Amino acid sequence: MNVLIDKFDVFAGGFWLTLQICFLAAIGALILGAVVAVLRISPVPPLRAVGTTYVNIFRNLPLTVVLFFAAFGLPALGSNADFLRIPGLESIFSRLGTDLPYFRFGLIALVLYTAAFVCEALRSGVNAVPAGQAEAARSLGLTFGQNLRHVVLPQSWKASVVPLGSVIIAMIKNSALVGFFGVVGDLSQTADQLTSAGGYPFIPVAIGISVGYLIMTVPLGALLDRIEKRQAVAR
Amino acid sequence: MSQQSSVLYDIPGPRQRRVTLISSLVAVVVVLAGAYLFIYRPLADKGQFSMELWGPLVDPSNENFPLVWDRIGLGLKNTLVAAALAIVSSLVVGTLLAVLRIQLKSLARRRFTGTAAPLAYLLRGLSWVLAVVTRVCVEVFRGLPVVITIFFVARGFPEFGASFDNLWYLVIGLTVYNSVVIAEILRSGMEGLPGGQAEAAAAIGLSPFQTTGLILLPQAFRIMLPALISQLVVVLKDTSLGFIISYEETLNIGKQIIGVLGNPIQVYVVIAVLFIAINYSLSKLAQYVQHRLSQGRKSAGTTTPTPPPAALTAQAEGAGGP
Repeated sequence: MNVLIDKFDVFAGGFWLTLQICFLAAIGALILGAVVAVLRISPVPPLRAVGTTYVNIFRNLPLTVVLFFAAFGLPALGSNADFLRIPGLESIFSRLGTDLPYFRFGLIALVLYTAAFVCEALRSGVNAVPAGQAEAARSLGLTFGQNLRHVVLPQSWKASVVPLGSVIIAMIKNSALVGFFGVVGDLSQTADQLTSAGGYPFIPVAIGISVGYLIMTVPLGALLDRIEKRQAVAR
Repeated sequence: MSQQSSVLYDIPGPRQRRVTLISSLVAVVVVLAGAYLFIYRPLADKGQFSMELWGPLVDPSNENFPLVWDRIGLGLKNTLVAAALAIVSSLVVGTLLAVLRIQLKSLARRRFTGTAAPLAYLLRGLSWVLAVVTRVCVEVFRGLPVVITIFFVARGFPEFGASFDNLWYLVIGLTVYNSVVIAEILRSGMEGLPGGQAEAAAAIGLSPFQTTGLILLPQAFRIMLPALISQLVVVLKDTSLGFIISYEETLNIGKQIIGVLGNPIQVYVVIAVLFIAINYSLSKLAQYVQHRLSQGRKSAGTTTPTPPPAALTAQAEGAGGP
């Protein structure tokens, strides 16, 4: 059990790095997912096709393949994802600016992958709004944009919150994979590091790592349960 | 899509159709130009379309073609074997877990009035403890990433002198996670059933166990079939994590091929297409089953037990797996 106390800073560092990845990836995925969702509900057929293709591709690929594409495909194209070295962010999330690109590659893969699920969560919310609501809005003469902004989206938001939360929880769990793709020092890589190279006993390390992930996922899941129960009552 | 259009837009008139047509053309041009500039050009500049790189994968006359596809075939077979074993064992364990949790929940509510007071308290305490223990297990294994579970299984089992083939580490790791998810899917399905079902079963004298096995579980399976099929997609995707414990599944084989031929983008494109083809058809199957089920309910004229929100959540969560 000593390893938990001796190497507490390693565990805490891993937790912090995983949290950083999840935070950045969540923001990126929410933005990209919203854009794809807009494409998927747009009135222009080719744009809808683009959105649908995107979702179908990324929903049916294992994240591992997306990560391999990012980690091997981008360098083959001569890109180190330097566009993610955004000056302000770089100073807060120091890993964004390092010369080793794997943090950025992992981030890109997570964002691309999760965006497809975010899009589906948002779209299922829009679909959950009764058709009569949008019809009534149209018959009042609201334009497409007004209809979305004042009638459909406020209602769809309610139906989307819980699925969105599940997607974010799944993303936190998926982020464990980047540790196996060259991101040094996140929680999952810490597990590998301490047991194989560090030679520490397995069980305490496993407990430490598990607690790290459970701290992130379980409270979020409990919060979602509460929101869901509340909504069920409200309905 | 048709349902989507009917919610947000009216049937377009002549002017709207014109606007849609023009913006469609503009969109097509923009998308194609974007694809050319940002995808085709960089790839072509790097010579990624050369036959030297693609040949072994697409050209049957290439000397490496049969070898490469032999390996990919082996990888696919291993992927499917692992996925099949994992889904079967998670279904079995998940069903048992769901039944156990439902039984424990009803046991914890029982007061054991027929027995002596100390024994009754003991039984109540015991069933409460068991209910809490299963609950904690479910929460823990649902909250851990699958990669970590597989990694722990592969590292932890040899520590206790239980070494297996890599395949079994992968299957056990996947089962631990997915059986818990499936148990939750089934449990929410059973709890979402109308209360009258369990009451009627009790009224005709079925024991709690029979009630679950004969009345609740079959209905839960039926309602949750689409969610269960989506979980199958998740399992299939998750088998690709076998590469971290060097199980020879499709991705691992791909890596070996890349090591020899040095064409990462091309090999990953082929693997991606394979995965998309399999998983897409599975998702379509889930949609079809859902459609069939909703039709069946309508024609039967029975009550329509819509899947409870928890089921949808489980689906979303499952679908978010790697």
